[in-house]
Amino acid sequence: MAIVPKKNPMPTQAPEVRAHNFQEVALGYTAEIAMEEAARCLNCKNQPCVGGCPVNIHIPEFISQVKVGNFEEAYQIINKTSSLPAVCGRVCPQESQCESKCTLGIRFEPVGIGRLERFVADYHNEHATAKPEAPEFNGHKVAIVGSGPSGLTCAGDLAKKGYKVAVFEALHTAGGVLVYGIPEFRLPKKIVAKEVETLKALGVDVDTNVVIGKTLTIDELFDMGYEAVFVGSGAGLPRFMNIPGEALKGVYSANEFLTRSNLMKSYLDNPVTPIMKGGNVAVVGGGNVAMDAARTALRLGAENVYIVYRRSMEELPARKEEVEHAEEEGIDFRLLNNPVEILGYNNPDDPRDPKNGFVTGIKCVKMELGEPDASGRRRPVEVPGSEFVLDVDTVIMAIGTSPNPLIKNTTKGLEVNSHGGIIVNEDGLTSREAVYAGGDAVTGAATVISAMGAGKLAAKSIDEYLSKK
Amino acid sequence: MYKIVSRKPLNTTVTQMEIEAPLVAKKAKPGQFIILRVDEEGERIPLTVAGTNPEKGTVKIIFQIVGGTTEKLNHKNEGDYLQDFVGPLGVATHTEGIKKVCIVGGGVGCAIAMPVAQEFHRLGAEVTSIIGFRNKDIVILEDEFKACSDKLYVMTDDGSYGRHGNVTVPLKEMLENGETFDEIITIGPLIMMKFVVATAKPYNIPVTVSMNPIMIDGTGMCGGCRLTLTQDGKRVTKFACVDGPDFNGYEVDFDEAMSRNRMYMDFERHAYEEACNLFKEAK
Ligand SMILES: Cc1cc2nc3c(=O)[nH]c(=O)nc-3n(C[C@H](O)[C@H](O)[C@H](O)COP(=O)(O)OP(=O)(O)OC[C@H]3O[C@@H](n4cnc5c(N)ncnc54)[C@H](O)[C@@H]3O)c2cc1C
Ligand SMILES: Cc1cc2nc3c(=O)[nH]c(=O)nc-3n(C[C@H](O)[C@H](O)[C@H](O)COP(=O)(O)OP(=O)(O)OC[C@H]3O[C@@H](n4cnc5c(N)ncnc54)[C@H](O)[C@@H]3O)c2cc1C
Ligand code: SF4
Ligand code: SF4
Ligand code: FES
Repeated sequence: MAIVPKKNPMPTQAPEVRAHNFQEVALGYTAEIAMEEAARCLNCKNQPCVGGCPVNIHIPEFISQVKVGNFEEAYQIINKTSSLPAVCGRVCPQESQCESKCTLGIRFEPVGIGRLERFVADYHNEHATAKPEAPEFNGHKVAIVGSGPSGLTCAGDLAKKGYKVAVFEALHTAGGVLVYGIPEFRLPKKIVAKEVETLKALGVDVDTNVVIGKTLTIDELFDMGYEAVFVGSGAGLPRFMNIPGEALKGVYSANEFLTRSNLMKSYLDNPVTPIMKGGNVAVVGGGNVAMDAARTALRLGAENVYIVYRRSMEELPARKEEVEHAEEEGIDFRLLNNPVEILGYNNPDDPRDPKNGFVTGIKCVKMELGEPDASGRRRPVEVPGSEFVLDVDTVIMAIGTSPNPLIKNTTKGLEVNSHGGIIVNEDGLTSREAVYAGGDAVTGAATVISAMGAGKLAAKSIDEYLSKK
Repeated sequence: MYKIVSRKPLNTTVTQMEIEAPLVAKKAKPGQFIILRVDEEGERIPLTVAGTNPEKGTVKIIFQIVGGTTEKLNHKNEGDYLQDFVGPLGVATHTEGIKKVCIVGGGVGCAIAMPVAQEFHRLGAEVTSIIGFRNKDIVILEDEFKACSDKLYVMTDDGSYGRHGNVTVPLKEMLENGETFDEIITIGPLIMMKFVVATAKPYNIPVTVSMNPIMIDGTGMCGGCRLTLTQDGKRVTKFACVDGPDFNGYEVDFDEAMSRNRMYMDFERHAYEEACNLFKEAK
């Protein structure tokens, strides 16, 4: 059979339409397209793609089932190693993971593994009728801190083994970054809500509005009868650049901007929680977070949205598909530019002028790529005298986050590294007995699939530890 | 869901409620706050813990109706439920080693100051309280302050009750007469706190201020509550929800904080009018 060189394209909303709504951009393969795409897979003996997936999904096996239309069987194969396929199929950086290793990709486009995974998960969610049931209680109680992908996965795996699991979440909705960070147009909230409902059906208690370290401490969880704790508290502390003007009105961290829009639903026509809309917006940074903030700003009605990034296109850390989508939607990429100051309105004659203190622009300096640094990336250096001003009303800082110190500060004997990440061994165990950790809280900002993998590993270790007890 | 166990208006714009929240009631210390949402679509707003009853599992809040969310909250009755109630957040007020303290509260800030004054009284410190209001009709918590203060000054801007003038008047008098305190703690409108700091400065008395920036999560995630302090000549960013809400008054950039609090002024005015209209129509 002749090889089809290109991936079946993903049906999407037209750029000029989707730039004005919050509905999902990618519409998903139909059954026909999925079967065609599956037929491209060579079913390689050595399965290089599997090694590119952080949780080693049995890729060729599930794809062979898709090829013949056995979608539910395909789902069951994925489900053995991944608990959030509807999420990962949508948000994994496939080009640097599974698909980067695909044999087809050497000469042609790789198999659309992520798109197939998404199709299979969506098919299952739409058609499955079997309700999960809580298995018999095995007598052990485990507490999970944080309801992001790491916490949800750890909770699910333990619940299936008969553990009584409680998830404690600081915010009012479960899901972590999946609900407050990643926007609806990339990951519909109902998918996350469904995962949470499934956990509840397995007997997991999801306690929102509980801040561990404040409402309860880890030590108190043990006093309450929990025999092991998994910390999946994420990396939610926003960084700023420490340049002048960052306290002006109209300067947001990406976390604040996205939380207002996603979690507090400021994107609705008549929101209760306000957000600055319209005008010109500069987003500083080049990762997924920056793309999400830029595209959210656009959908909220901004006239011009700039991505200001100090390196070049090749170094943009965001998922390739999101960068392409952003470009199609009209996001203006201002690469090799570095902000040095945010400028604000100031009327010296009238201190009560309501415009005082609002952002008017961002001063940047042009960069050029110099010698490669330790990471192998060419280091950007300033071009002297190249300063210029972009006129903007809103600036969104998307330059990274670090782990929140709240739990470290309230848990004696919990060791962290110099970046604030919790230190764990190869089993996911921290420096405290029976306290495990994983996800962004350990690694710093990373990916959904790696957080999920860490949750799985910890669940396995906790099971081994408690079965011996 | 969190049950409203009792509701009591303190004046026409300030209401006190007790909310069932046993975990918060067990933990909260003076100076800490909670974040609540009134209903499913509601905004998250921070309110100070004005007292707790750990046995009953209840937390007292006192709030002033200033906008849409507090207006909606005020329309909830005893027996109704709040959607979300999380806490205790922030760092408790520092009390160690303070034997003689002056508490300066303004308006609804007095509600925030009251548990702090009570705590110092309980710890055996000498408490001088100055509480200020715009006029007689909105004086609140006078009896509570009387009970926990060795000396109490009640001030009104228009002289319709207590002494005429703002809270810095008696503070200045005392300091000029050689009175001294281990610490002055002030809670109220930003502009008032700024003047309290200016009044205390010549006398080198430590001043703690309680900051109230706009907040969302209250856990250090959004960075919206950031303030700029000047420490050792350097400007540093702090998050009020996790580093505060109490800060060294000499370090805070009040002008910036005042400006930031007005970020959504137009929006808020509109939301308030809508909430009011909603309740008018319902009547
Ligand atoms: C805007 C954005 C876009 C992204 N896009 C992608 C993408 O396309 N692909 C991808 O793979 N990755 C993406 N990521 C990264 C990915 O979302 C994270 O790596 C992943 O969510 C980490 O999961 P986690 O379980 O470790 O923590 P989180 O998802 O951060 O969840 C942690 C949870 O713990 C809660 N919590 C924190 N402290 C406490 C406490 N003390 N007590 C109780 N609860 C607490 C938090 O409220 C939160 O709900 C993106 C991240 C962001 C912010
Ligand atoms: C730590 C802290 C403790 C507080 N304690 C009390 C208290 O005990 N009693 C009390 O009456 N008030 C208290 N406040 C202020 C209270 O949170 C605001 O009055 C309330 O959020 C107003 O909401 P609104 O929708 O009714 O009014 P809006 O119309 O939204 O706002 C009116 C005013 O409140 C401020 N505000 C709006 N939203 C927020 C928000 N999410 N967070 C903080 N401020 C906001 C605005 O800047 C404006 O000045 C406290 C604030 C903080 C930060
Ligand atoms: S989970 Fe992610 S990396 Fe693994 S197969 Fe699916 S899309 Fe690829
Ligand atoms: S490497 Fe590519 S072609 Fe080979 S089995 Fe994996 S997905 Fe199929
Ligand atoms: S309220 Fe979000 S960081 Fe303080």
